[in-house]
Amino acid sequence: MYRTTDILTNTPNTSLGEAGYMVINVGPQHPATHGVLHLVITLSGETIINVEPHLGYIHRSIEKMCESLTYRQFIYTTSRMDYLSSHINNHCCALSVEKGLQIEIPDRAKYIRIILDELTRLASHQLWWGAMAMDIGAITPFFYAFREREMINDIMEETCGARLTMNYMVPGGVMYDLHPNFQKKVKEFIAFFKSKINEYDEILTGNIIFQNRMKGVGIISKEDAISYGCTGPTARGSGVSCDVRKLYPYEIYSSIEFDEIINNGCDSFARYEVRMQEMKQSLKIIEQLIDNIPEGDFQAKTKTVLKLPKGEFYTRVETARGEFGVYIVSEGGTTPYRIKFRSPGFSNLSALNHMAKGNKIGDLVAIMGSIDLVIPDIDR
Amino acid sequence: MLSLETITNNVHDWLNNHVSSTWATIIEMLIVGLLVIGLFAMLGLILVLMERKVSAFMQIRVGPNRVGFKGSLQTLADTLKLVLKEGLTPKGADKFLFNLAPYVVMCAAMLILAPIAFAKNFQIWDINIGVLYISAISSISVIGILMAGWASNNKYSLLGAMRSGAQIVSYELSAGFSVLCIVILTGSLQISDIINAQQNGWFIFKGHIPAIISFIIFIIAVTAETNRAPFDLAEAESELTAGFHTEYSGMKFALFFLAEYVNIFVVCAIGAILFFGGWMPLHIGNWQGFNQVMDYIPSSLWFILKVFGLIFLIMWFRWTFPRLRVDQLLNLEWKYLLPLSLVNLLLMTVVAIMGWHF
Repeated sequence: MYRTTDILTNTPNTSLGEAGYMVINVGPQHPATHGVLHLVITLSGETIINVEPHLGYIHRSIEKMCESLTYRQFIYTTSRMDYLSSHINNHCCALSVEKGLQIEIPDRAKYIRIILDELTRLASHQLWWGAMAMDIGAITPFFYAFREREMINDIMEETCGARLTMNYMVPGGVMYDLHPNFQKKVKEFIAFFKSKINEYDEILTGNIIFQNRMKGVGIISKEDAISYGCTGPTARGSGVSCDVRKLYPYEIYSSIEFDEIINNGCDSFARYEVRMQEMKQSLKIIEQLIDNIPEGDFQAKTKTVLKLPKGEFYTRVETARGEFGVYIVSEGGTTPYRIKFRSPGFSNLSALNHMAKGNKIGDLVAIMGSIDLVIPDIDR
Repeated sequence: MLSLETITNNVHDWLNNHVSSTWATIIEMLIVGLLVIGLFAMLGLILVLMERKVSAFMQIRVGPNRVGFKGSLQTLADTLKLVLKEGLTPKGADKFLFNLAPYVVMCAAMLILAPIAFAKNFQIWDINIGVLYISAISSISVIGILMAGWASNNKYSLLGAMRSGAQIVSYELSAGFSVLCIVILTGSLQISDIINAQQNGWFIFKGHIPAIISFIIFIIAVTAETNRAPFDLAEAESELTAGFHTEYSGMKFALFFLAEYVNIFVVCAIGAILFFGGWMPLHIGNWQGFNQVMDYIPSSLWFILKVFGLIFLIMWFRWTFPRLRVDQLLNLEWKYLLPLSLVNLLLMTVVAIMGWHF
C-alpha cells in the first residue's frame, strides 16, 4: 500500500491545490474508523473527491510469524486477525490442516464447529449493528446489541474459556467437549434474541432518518463488486452470490437448510438488510443443529507432531465479513513454508473509494459502517 | 403567601428605603448577575446529570452512581476535573479568537435568560420586544461557534463550525416563524403579555391545529439551533471527532459544554412560555374548582415542570435518533419546514382574524 512519500505529500496544507480541495487525515485515531485505519480523504466542501486508505498501523506480520509456528500453533494467531470471527478463522485453519493430513473429523466436532461458527457470526453482526448505528449517530442501539452479544460471549466463555480469542478449533476437531450447560444456554439465547430482534428493526431499520442516510448511498454495482473482490454481505448486498457456505459447502453445511441472502439494492441499506437477514438465517441454522448434536468423540485421533505432506492447500470459509481463505505451502516439515491469508476486509476496503466518491463526509462513515471493517483483519 | 414575587418586591423596597435609587439599581443588577451565574452552575450540574441518567435509562444502564447519592455529585467531580486540566491552545491557532469563543457562546446563552419569566412576575427584564430580543440574541452564539472553528486551525473544527453556521442560520427562520404564530395570537412581543394571554388555556390548546404544527416546528428548529442530536452535525462525533470544539480542553471545553445545556434550558423555557403558558397553571375554560386547585401549585413549580418536560423530550430525541446528513438537514429546513411554517403562519393569521381560537 505504501508508495514512496505520498503520506508526506498528502499531509494537510501542502496539497490544498489549485482546485481548492481540502485534504483531511481521518485516523489512525478517529472515532469512526474503529481501529487504526488511516484514510486520507480529499474534500471539496463536504463532498468526497477521493479516499485513500493507508494501512500498516497494526501490521504484526502474522503470515511471517506463522512460518516458524507448528501446525497446531499457527491457528492461534488467526484469532488475532478478525477478532470478531475468531472461531471462523480458526475453523478455516483447522480445515486446511485437516485437508493436508486427510483427517476425517468426528460428526460431533462438525456440529459443534458449525454451531459456534454461527454464534460467532451472530455476535459479530450484533456488534456491527451497534457500531454501525453509532457511526450514523444513534448511540442507544449499541447497548441493545451488546445486551444480546453478552449472552453469546457468556456461552463462549463457558465452552471455550475465552470471550474474544477462542482458540477452540484444533486440527482434528475441537479442543474440549461442550460444557454441559451449552445446549440450555444456546436455547435460552435463541428464545431471547428472537423476542428482541424486532426491536432492532423498530429502533433503527424503520427510522426515516436512518433510511435516508443509508438508501442510495455507497453504491457499488454487481460488476464492480466482483472486480473489486468484495465478498460476504458487501458483495451480496450488490446481488453477487458468493456465500462460501452455499457454493463450496464445508463440514455439514450442505445438509443444513438455510438461504443465501442476496439483495440487489447495491447501496448501504442493501448491505444492512443482508446482515439483518443473515442473523435470522444463523438463528435458523443453530436451531436445526442444537438438538441434534451427535454423541461421540469431539476430536479425531491425531499425532502429537503434525507434518503436512509436501504441497499446497487452500481452504475457504465464510466469515461474518466475507470469504476467508488460508493458503498453506508445505515443504513437508512441521512448520509451513509459507502461509497466505485471504482476508475479506482487505478486498472490501479496496472498494471504499469507489463507494464513497461523490458522497458527503457523513456518508463515508456510514459506508465504512456498512462494509463492517475490522482493521486487524485488513493489516494482519 | 411566600412567593418569589414577594421576595423580590421586599428586596426592592428594602434597598430603595436604605440607599439611593441609583445604588439600589446597581446592587440589584449585581444580585441578578450573581443569581444568573448561580443558575448557570446549577443548570449545568442538573442537566448534565439528567442527560446521563436519561440516556442510561434508555440504554438499559444504571448511569453514574458512585459519586454522591446515586451519582448526584458526578457532574461536580467532572467539573472539578475539567477545571484542573490544562487549557491547551494549539500551535498555529488564533489565540485571541480561540480564547474568546467560549465566552461569546456562554454570554449569548446568559443574555437570553433576561426576558424569561421563571415564576409569576419573576423576570429579570420584561422588555417590550421580548420575543424579538430572544431571536436576536440566540443567533449570537453561532458567531462564537464560527470563531471557535476558525481559530482552532483544525480542519475538523472548521467543517463543524461551517456546518453549524449553515444550520443555525437556516433553522432560525423556522423557529422565528413558529414564534410569530404565537405573537399573532397575542398581539404582543412582550413575554409577560404572552403568558397573561394564556390565563384561560395554553396556546397549544387554544390555537387549534396551527399552534400544534408550530409547536412541532419549533421543537425541531430549536433542537437544530442548539446543535443537539439528531442535528448535532457541528459536533458529529463519528464524523468530525468533536466538531468545532475538537481542540478545546479543560475549562474552555467546559464552557462550551455548559453553554449547550443552558441553551437547551433556554429554548425549552421559551417553548414552555410560548406554548404552555410559562408559569401559568393549567386552566380549563371556566371550571372554577379545577382552576383554583391548580392555582395552589406554585407558579415556579409549574414553570420548572414544563421546562423539564420539554428538556426530557429533547433528550429523548438525542438518544433515539440517528444523525442527519448535512444536505438532508438543509433540505429538511428549506424544502419542508420553511414552506410549512409560512403556510402555518398564514393559517394562524386566518384563525386569529376570524377569532376561531378560544
